[in-house]
Amino acid sequence: MDHAQVEVVQAGLPGGPPAARRDLPGPAAPIGPAPGRWARFLDGDFWHSFRGSPMAIGSAAVALACIFCAVFAGVVAPHNPTDLATLELSDSMLPPSWMEGGAAKYLLGTDEQGRDVLSALMYGARISLFVGGASVLLSMLIGVSLGLVSGYVGGRLDALIMRICDVMLSFPSILIALLIAGVGHALFPGAHDTLAFGVLIIAIALPGWVQYARAVRGSTMVERHKEYVQAARVIGVPPLRIMMKHVLPNVMGPVLVLSTIQVATAILAEATLSFLGVGVSPTSPSLGTFINEGNKQLFSGAWWLVIFPGTMLVLIALSINLFGDWLRDALNPRLR
Amino acid sequence: MKRIFSAALVASTLALAAASVQAVTLRVSNQGDVQSMDPHSLNESLQLSFTGNVYESLIERDKKMGLAPALATKWTQTSPTVWRFDLRPGVKFHDGTPFTADDVVFTFKRAAGDGSDMKGYTNPIKEVRKVGDLAIEIETTAPYPILPDTLTTLAMMSKKWCEDNKAEKPVDRRKGIENTASFKANGTGPFRLKERQPSVRTVLVKNFSWWGGKTESNLDEIVFTPIGNDSTRVAALLSGETDVMEPVPLQDVERIKSAGSFTVLQGPELRTIFLGMDQKRDELLFSSVKGKNPFKDVRVRRAFFQAIDEETIKSRVMRGAALPTAEMVGAAVRGFQPDMNKRLPYDVEAAKKLLAEAGYPNGFEVTMNCPNDRYVNDSAICQAVAANLARIGVKINLQAETKVSYFPKILRRDTSFYLLGWTPSTVDAHDVLASIMATPNDKGQGTFNLGAYSNPKLDELTLKIQSETDQKKRNDMIREAFKIHQDDVGHIPLHQQALAWAHSDKVSLVQLPNNYMYFKWITLKSK
Repeated sequence: MDHAQVEVVQAGLPGGPPAARRDLPGPAAPIGPAPGRWARFLDGDFWHSFRGSPMAIGSAAVALACIFCAVFAGVVAPHNPTDLATLELSDSMLPPSWMEGGAAKYLLGTDEQGRDVLSALMYGARISLFVGGASVLLSMLIGVSLGLVSGYVGGRLDALIMRICDVMLSFPSILIALLIAGVGHALFPGAHDTLAFGVLIIAIALPGWVQYARAVRGSTMVERHKEYVQAARVIGVPPLRIMMKHVLPNVMGPVLVLSTIQVATAILAEATLSFLGVGVSPTSPSLGTFINEGNKQLFSGAWWLVIFPGTMLVLIALSINLFGDWLRDALNPRLR
Repeated sequence: MKRIFSAALVASTLALAAASVQAVTLRVSNQGDVQSMDPHSLNESLQLSFTGNVYESLIERDKKMGLAPALATKWTQTSPTVWRFDLRPGVKFHDGTPFTADDVVFTFKRAAGDGSDMKGYTNPIKEVRKVGDLAIEIETTAPYPILPDTLTTLAMMSKKWCEDNKAEKPVDRRKGIENTASFKANGTGPFRLKERQPSVRTVLVKNFSWWGGKTESNLDEIVFTPIGNDSTRVAALLSGETDVMEPVPLQDVERIKSAGSFTVLQGPELRTIFLGMDQKRDELLFSSVKGKNPFKDVRVRRAFFQAIDEETIKSRVMRGAALPTAEMVGAAVRGFQPDMNKRLPYDVEAAKKLLAEAGYPNGFEVTMNCPNDRYVNDSAICQAVAANLARIGVKINLQAETKVSYFPKILRRDTSFYLLGWTPSTVDAHDVLASIMATPNDKGQGTFNLGAYSNPKLDELTLKIQSETDQKKRNDMIREAFKIHQDDVGHIPLHQQALAWAHSDKVSLVQLPNNYMYFKWITLKSK
């Protein structure tokens, strides 16, 4: 009756992922000469759907370009804005090179410390993407597992986990982040850069997992009572495997949407924490701190300090969002 | 029926309009919030400036920074160490209790006691005696010629009110605690505290029973709002949401001027911005150097000084609105030595050489603490300093943060290298010597000498300067003390920042060089 259940139960049959096949008792159905993974991927629904969606291609291209620039900032960027010794204060506040007073070596102009805006954007995006991505992954990991367990097991454990969620939600997330970052800094006073990143990621991730846990729990509770889950139970599949292999793919839709939104939120949270003094140092500005600094110049006509970093953030957030949107549809068995 | 209704509507609208015409509200915004309503808990300009509208001291500053009688009508020196003050009769606190000599005695005890940040000012005072209901005598430990200047910063509080509210002691800002006096106020000033929401808004209303009678101000109400973001603060002024704001972000001065109907007031400020270094600990708290403290070596301090390109900081970061200085006081302060105001030359090579001589040919790593919402472009100055120091191999881990967390941290001396600004509230060099340069002790010396720079000769001179009455001798001693501090590079002075306030043309006000804003001198045209 319900398409979704049929689909997932079928996933255990030949043609589905090999891991799922092992769950089924009895000999596996014979298959012909197995095409390579890559070939199967290219032939699959996923790739077809991707190729058929200009939005997906466009957003993936933009996101990849941003990620490429960020990851290879050291190679691509014309200057190294984090190397303080190379900064020329006398080159500060130059407009973009095509404007009057601009210098050719600073394509998008410079900020008030004489940093090349283009290079600073690439380096900044690296920090932002790293912090945003890592904290979203971490909070997704915690949130999804707790949500799955909570929704699947139910009962007291569910109540406990949900009450913890309520408590977490009753504090503003930036407050929790501040607390963690403050404690982290107090515990490791001399620590900088590397450890600061760790603290920052945890600080942003911890308040974030609640969203995932709640969303996943809700969907899991719905899925739990469906026939395909009961069928799996009846044939003796262990609960952990049911959760991971059968329930999880059906509840990932909202999680993917959430996480794409959360990446942007995490980037902004990082900027807030940095401003409050518990994030990254202003000498290695992230995209968020850069926007924050540029924001101060809004009225003075130095538009390049606001527009470029802002555009960069919008591009990253929007492309990830759009890509996530498509991914949700592509991975959603109900829509296939 | 309909007509009656509309008539009533018109009448009520008129009544409302009339009421709003009557209440003149001035909306002021600042970069940060006043930390506490307690006038003794933090010796900081904004704090003293704002509470100075609610609380008053025995003597106040007039519009030209001269001394003027306030709660004391008359003062005379009866012997070299004894001063007599006649108190103003008929003064009432906002809660109605009369102001008497008991309150003055109590205030001095409070300001000298635990938790007070004003000990530096009460330190030279031996005893405060009540000699009548409206007269007191102050005896100093040694002759103290600048006592009246000092008294301008000590706000009088009500003994009864403090006792009733268990606020007999100011709370120590360093420990981040609060008491009733932190968020309520009961002064004698021309304005009363009506509402206090930390970091959101603070509202003062006119005190109709002020002893000064009618003020030249026509304000009924002042709404003070901290707006941290520079652009937002400028936007609030330009859109008419606020009437006065300070400080004006330097990058926006032209923008505000060109908007018409607004005035930017720029003047040299008394405040000196400088860098301090931890010279006390045997090992720095936050540095790559272990087992020793590089800042104990004068060559390292001198190398830091010479590596900083203050002229470029002035022209770029400060957009010209700063006076680079070699002294810890500005030209307007008594004791400033014009001929000694020569900075060590900016010389990267010389700085590198000094560092190498001191045993750090490859530099070292140290954490720098910096506020990002206290002084004009403070965080940008620190970044520029960090970039300068990178050229001599010193790697700065810059930690810039909001002043709410910055000040408690550095006041606990939890820092190795920091930026601070200091306005001598007595407008006299002794204030800087005693608060910033003298060796810290529990008698109120060196309260803001956060790196604990110490030179016994300077301490000795500071004590002498405090009691010297001969102006010539006094000035010579100040010279000597400043020379010692310069030779030791006890601190690295950077510049005196320019004051910048902006207000709409409806407002007329008086800007004092110590950056105090007294609402009693502000008028707001109703148009």
